[in-house]
Amino acid sequence: MQNAFLFRLLFAITLFLSAGYFANGQEDEGKEPINDIKSEIKEYIDHHLKDSHDFSLFSWSDANGELHHVGFPLPVILWDGGLKVFSSSKFHHGETVAAVDGNYYKLLHSKIYKTDAEGALSLDDQEHPTNAKPLDFSLTKSVFMIFITGLLMFWLFTSLARSYTKNGSIPKGIGRFFEPIVIYIRDDIARPNIGEKKYRKYMPYLLTIFFFIWFLNIFGLTPLGVNVTGNIAVTVALALITFLLTNFTGTKDYWKHLFDPLGATMPWYGKLPLYIILVPIELLGLFIKPFALLIRLYANMQAGHIVLMSLIGLMFIFKSWLGSPLSFGLAFAISLIEILVAVLQAYIFTMLSALYFGFASEEHEHPEDPELAHL
Amino acid sequence: MEKLINEFSLGLFVWQTLLFVLLLLLLRKFAWKPILNAVNEREEGIKNALEAAELAKKEMHNVTADSEKLLKEARAERELMLKEARQIKEKLISDSKEQAKLEGDKMIKQAQEAIESEKKAAVAEIKNQVAELSVEIAEKLIKEQLANKDKQLKLVEEMLGDIKLN
Repeated sequence: MQNAFLFRLLFAITLFLSAGYFANGQEDEGKEPINDIKSEIKEYIDHHLKDSHDFSLFSWSDANGELHHVGFPLPVILWDGGLKVFSSSKFHHGETVAAVDGNYYKLLHSKIYKTDAEGALSLDDQEHPTNAKPLDFSLTKSVFMIFITGLLMFWLFTSLARSYTKNGSIPKGIGRFFEPIVIYIRDDIARPNIGEKKYRKYMPYLLTIFFFIWFLNIFGLTPLGVNVTGNIAVTVALALITFLLTNFTGTKDYWKHLFDPLGATMPWYGKLPLYIILVPIELLGLFIKPFALLIRLYANMQAGHIVLMSLIGLMFIFKSWLGSPLSFGLAFAISLIEILVAVLQAYIFTMLSALYFGFASEEHEHPEDPELAHL
Repeated sequence: MEKLINEFSLGLFVWQTLLFVLLLLLLRKFAWKPILNAVNEREEGIKNALEAAELAKKEMHNVTADSEKLLKEARAERELMLKEARQIKEKLISDSKEQAKLEGDKMIKQAQEAIESEKKAAVAEIKNQVAELSVEIAEKLIKEQLANKDKQLKLVEEMLGDIKLN
């Protein structure tokens, strides 16, 4: 809620400031260069928000106007009538066509298209290429970061686990920081939402998802510029696992409640007309819950990155003694808020997952509502 | 919505699902289970230790109370014993005093009786001796008297004279 409000506030400020600059800009040097910078920034943000096939740290233009990229290529894995593996350096950041086994591929907006030897793309009326897209299982920047995060988590938490046996049940080093969080997730997320009897079963998932989202959110704030949790495919995958876990561990009561939400409080002929509406709503809710989960995480991280990068971009647009420090200050403040948002979103995702697991593993001891029993 | 679908990358989705599930399984086996077990064990240990401490405290309290009680009892017993001893002592003293008195009285009485009988015997003896002495004296006197005939005759005459007077 608060995040949305802040977003709107900052958006308003941004609009106000940029409008103010327009007036000045027109007087000084005309509209053209500003629009150039603006479109460049917009393109840059768009590019950053997308996954990429190589890990670029930064790029600069030399005196001749030639663009240099600093980073390292990642392997591209395609399925196009057979497995094709090659380095993403062949694309030259989308500038050239990659020839592999007699096929030609071209990179456009982080997507790989099959082309002819010249790399011609046929665009439709919305500027989307109509060329064939091979199945792309490349180890992209996001996959690479997921891998790194996985390794980091594995190293961190196995060393924490080992420190218990070595150190007589007392954590050591970085484990001292993470142990209270583990206990917090157990005592304040899993136990109250799922219940004392069944929470143990879900603990590994809740812990993994919390630290996974949190770490990736934090990585997104580093200058490495990875936007993994702000990627719809990642959040879909996470929400899907929550969805599957919820429904595969669902008890009889959970399914009964889904198809018979009123229970024995009403005779069947009374329930029938209500159920024509109620049951579809309940079924829809089944899918809306994880959908809200995935959109919430995606939108929050995406919005955070857009705001932050726009504010940084404003510095280059303003170039004035007032505007640039102001947007720097704002960018700094937003960075701090984003650190909070990073942990908050991880918390919300974990919390809601625990809540859904709680619904699914609920067992009613009293089939009838005691308040309605006397009616 | 169309933008979202357009942005959705199947490859990333597959990798994310695969890597995440792998991470979940690995962490569950090598991290979360040992960590949660260790934490549980430690909490259980702390709980047990606290309970044991509480119990020990209670025990300690009981022991103190017990020793206090024992001490009190011992003190009372000692008091009682002392009192008894004193009583016995006093009784002994008074008893022996009485005995001594009785004995003394008896001895005094016996002595008095002995003295009395001795006295009687002595008096009888003295009487006998006095009688014998007087008899002897009388004998001697008579012998003397009788040895002197003239005197005898004179005495007889005197006595006869006395009788005449009567």
